[in-house]
Amino acid sequence: MSLLNLTLAQASKALHAGEVSATELTTAYIKAVEELNPRLNAFITPTPELALAQARDADARLKSGTATPLTGIPIAMKDLFCTAGVRTTAASKILSPFVPPYESTVSAKLKAAGAVTLGKANLDEFAMGSSNITSAYGPVENPWKRTGSDAKLVPGGSSGGSAAAVAARLALAATGTDTGGSIRQPAAFTGIAGIKPTYGRCSRYGIVAFASSLDQAGPMARTVEDNAMLLNVMAGFDEKDSTSANVAVPDFTQALTRGVAGKRIGIPREYRLDGTNPEILALWDQGIAWLREAGAEVIDISLPHTKYGLAVYYIVAPAEASSNLARYDGVRFGAREDGHDLIDMYERTRAAGFGPEVKRRIMIGTYVLSHGYYDAYYLKAQKVRALILRDFQQAFTQVDAILTPTAPSAAFGLGEKMDDPVTMYLNDVFTVPASLAGVPAMSVPAGLSSEGLPLGLQIIGRHFDEETVFAVSAAIEKAAGFNALPELRAK
Amino acid sequence: MATYTLEGRTGTWEIVVGLEIHAQVISESKLFSGASATYGGAPNDHVSFVDAGFPGMLPVINAECVAQAVRTGLGLKAQINLESRFDRKNYFYADLPNGYQISQFQMPIVGTGTVEIELQDGTIKHIGITRLHLEQDAGKSMHDQHPAKSVIDLNRAGVALMEIVSEPDIRSPEEAGAYLRKIRQIVRYLGTCDGNMEEGSMRADVNVSVRKAGEPFRTRCEIKNVNSVRFVMHAIEAEAIRQIEVWEQGGEVVQETRLYDPSKGETRSMRSKEDAHDYRYFPEPDLLPLIIEQSWVDELKAKLPELPDEKRARFCAEYGIPFYDAGVLVADQTTADFYETVAKGRDGKLAANWITGDFFAALNRTGASIETSPVSAAALGQLLDLIADKTINGRIAKDVFEEMVETGAMPAEIVEKKGLRQVTDTGAIDEAVTKVLADNQDKVAEYKSGKDKLFGFFVGQVMKAMQGKGNPALVNEAVKKQLG
Repeated sequence: MSLLNLTLAQASKALHAGEVSATELTTAYIKAVEELNPRLNAFITPTPELALAQARDADARLKSGTATPLTGIPIAMKDLFCTAGVRTTAASKILSPFVPPYESTVSAKLKAAGAVTLGKANLDEFAMGSSNITSAYGPVENPWKRTGSDAKLVPGGSSGGSAAAVAARLALAATGTDTGGSIRQPAAFTGIAGIKPTYGRCSRYGIVAFASSLDQAGPMARTVEDNAMLLNVMAGFDEKDSTSANVAVPDFTQALTRGVAGKRIGIPREYRLDGTNPEILALWDQGIAWLREAGAEVIDISLPHTKYGLAVYYIVAPAEASSNLARYDGVRFGAREDGHDLIDMYERTRAAGFGPEVKRRIMIGTYVLSHGYYDAYYLKAQKVRALILRDFQQAFTQVDAILTPTAPSAAFGLGEKMDDPVTMYLNDVFTVPASLAGVPAMSVPAGLSSEGLPLGLQIIGRHFDEETVFAVSAAIEKAAGFNALPELRAK
Repeated sequence: MATYTLEGRTGTWEIVVGLEIHAQVISESKLFSGASATYGGAPNDHVSFVDAGFPGMLPVINAECVAQAVRTGLGLKAQINLESRFDRKNYFYADLPNGYQISQFQMPIVGTGTVEIELQDGTIKHIGITRLHLEQDAGKSMHDQHPAKSVIDLNRAGVALMEIVSEPDIRSPEEAGAYLRKIRQIVRYLGTCDGNMEEGSMRADVNVSVRKAGEPFRTRCEIKNVNSVRFVMHAIEAEAIRQIEVWEQGGEVVQETRLYDPSKGETRSMRSKEDAHDYRYFPEPDLLPLIIEQSWVDELKAKLPELPDEKRARFCAEYGIPFYDAGVLVADQTTADFYETVAKGRDGKLAANWITGDFFAALNRTGASIETSPVSAAALGQLLDLIADKTINGRIAKDVFEEMVETGAMPAEIVEKKGLRQVTDTGAIDEAVTKVLADNQDKVAEYKSGKDKLFGFFVGQVMKAMQGKGNPALVNEAVKKQLG
């Protein structure tokens, strides 16, 4: 079996058993990146030399007995995490020359555990998008193909490079960030698993901000177990992030075998939208059946404010983004376009540095915060956001977890859904409510569409109860037995 | 209290003023970063990545800055809000790295309070405090360092400021000056701001409007960033006169931001309401609401130093000194401490007289401050002790004091060395009196025929004969006795 087909857990065992060295494993992945990245564009900045150096260190640790389960594991780092000495672009032109002198907390924790970074993964510009087409460094191609078609498909977004890399065996696992679905939707589109932890579970320090009250880092990998192993390291309180939570981090892998017997699983009726793809609904029903068979109690629940989720999200996220992105002004770092005075320099720099989707969201955000509109938009959205949170809190008095589809469709083609930004925004309809409520949610591959594309189911849990999310996700994963592979993959 | 008014062509105008004071918080590090908050340093020396607004950097509140704001709030007798919140104030400027300032807009840490001011004529007036909130300072843009470029110094960017907003209760330049000085006195007592307006660690935005007596408020203008008490007073007057002219010429004062030009003594328009920024305030999502415990506030309150008003009242009660003198002595903490060291266990009135009289005069003359004074509180106290135990009399004490100023020596040493001990030996005094009376028989005759005033002359002559060292009471007694 090719080294590239090992799961993270398997690779970790093999490394610790001395059956394979970190250098060998890393070299295999570097070759895979060299082979397929020119086609997939999953990495903006591959860092093979750095990876090999880290692999050598990992081998030393493995020999000396100071290795962790992640030592020597080659991963992709979403290019939204600042990495000391390695260019960090957020997939934007405006950060094209930016090499951070500091390291994000999450990437630092992974490094400290001995993980090997293969490079910086592509994404939608500033994580704004659901298809990875807004990257200033070109779109990412989904390694999956519709049966009998060679049409290029999107990997989802914004963590599309991370998802494509993991699916196509260009990385064993990856980091992602999720603001409204940016881990879960691309995971679903590429047939891998990914979890958005509870807001506050992972530090945001050193992650280029999109929408501060929603952004959350999380892992993406081929199995639920691999995700649990990664989150064990990524999670934890950080005094450098005031919104990170000072709560204990359990060993998430312990939850994987808990099973779902006696667990109450909520099925929110409001997610059964008119016009939803029947294949998606059928997969959802299948998921319900699997959980029931595994001993769970399935309960119909109501999340009455779900229908406002997207509207609220597309006010709150752009509002915060419009302010968070004000710092990209050409004065202190990043790209600058000279102008005849300060305002002119700002205008030229930002006009040249930001892509159209980022500009759109800055304008929406600026508008909803403007004098005279604040109450009608931003304030109203915050009130509805509180109601959405209450929906979840009430639901979780009745159930232990919630099951929904991850996305309303399978991966779509590059160039599709491009005419109208709102159509694109609809991709987030199932993922956005959990983001607004700050609760943990995971996407697990559960089946294939009639066109042969992967589809995911989403498991949502209580605040800081990722353990139940992992337990239910593992049960789905087991029942689904998803083992299809993408057409484009390193072998 | 004399009402301050301005005479216009159409009649008498009164002025309405409110102040927003920006006071830089004394703290080791900045409001949201670990960078040094101290004044000075080479440009951009005290800057962290948080201050410079680098990607992914997050603010973390500095507890000491919060404590300083609470202390100041307590000093202003104000409501302390146990829950407050930070908001972003969005605008673009080169020395504002994030493109927003983190401030407190809707929920400030300190609510309404009050400050007592005293005017020249002794009138006491209360000025309402609307609120005090914490915010970050911006950096500094310099446009005169390079012919074509502006340069930025971010040392100040992110330093904590307290914005103290008054009610529009101020009715004259004098009141504004007294209010500003009082706030400065309070923050200096508390150690929450050094109050140095020259260094910019305290500055004021002044809101001014004018009206005829009994009218509601008219449109106000805001004069930004005035940096001395004197300029605040001048700016108010200049702006009031300008507004009166506008109204009296049939015009209308427009709400706008203005700048005071001290060299011309006038204000000029900076930007009008139409050009005013839309700051797009919204709650800072990188910070949780700021929740503090009442018990913590109580702890801070218990450790608060005695404030000037309380100290002044106590000095009056404890040392029996006049209200005015007490006001002079509590003007700043150092003077008050100096006084108290001298007065403790001694004659408080005498101590006050010495300090406000000879001691201040000596400081003035020598250009010294209390800290650099050659006469320490202990030394002055010893001098008072020498007077009290009659080692020296008051007149000799003045000479001893001058010697102390000149040499920095302790008074007992000077008295000993120069033999200035007061003579209480009645035999020696009687002898001196006998001699003076014998030498001035004509005067004695005049005295006996009714010229009572000559009594002082005899006493003076005796003192002179004794080089001033005679005990005045005993000399008096002896003169009286010998004159019959």
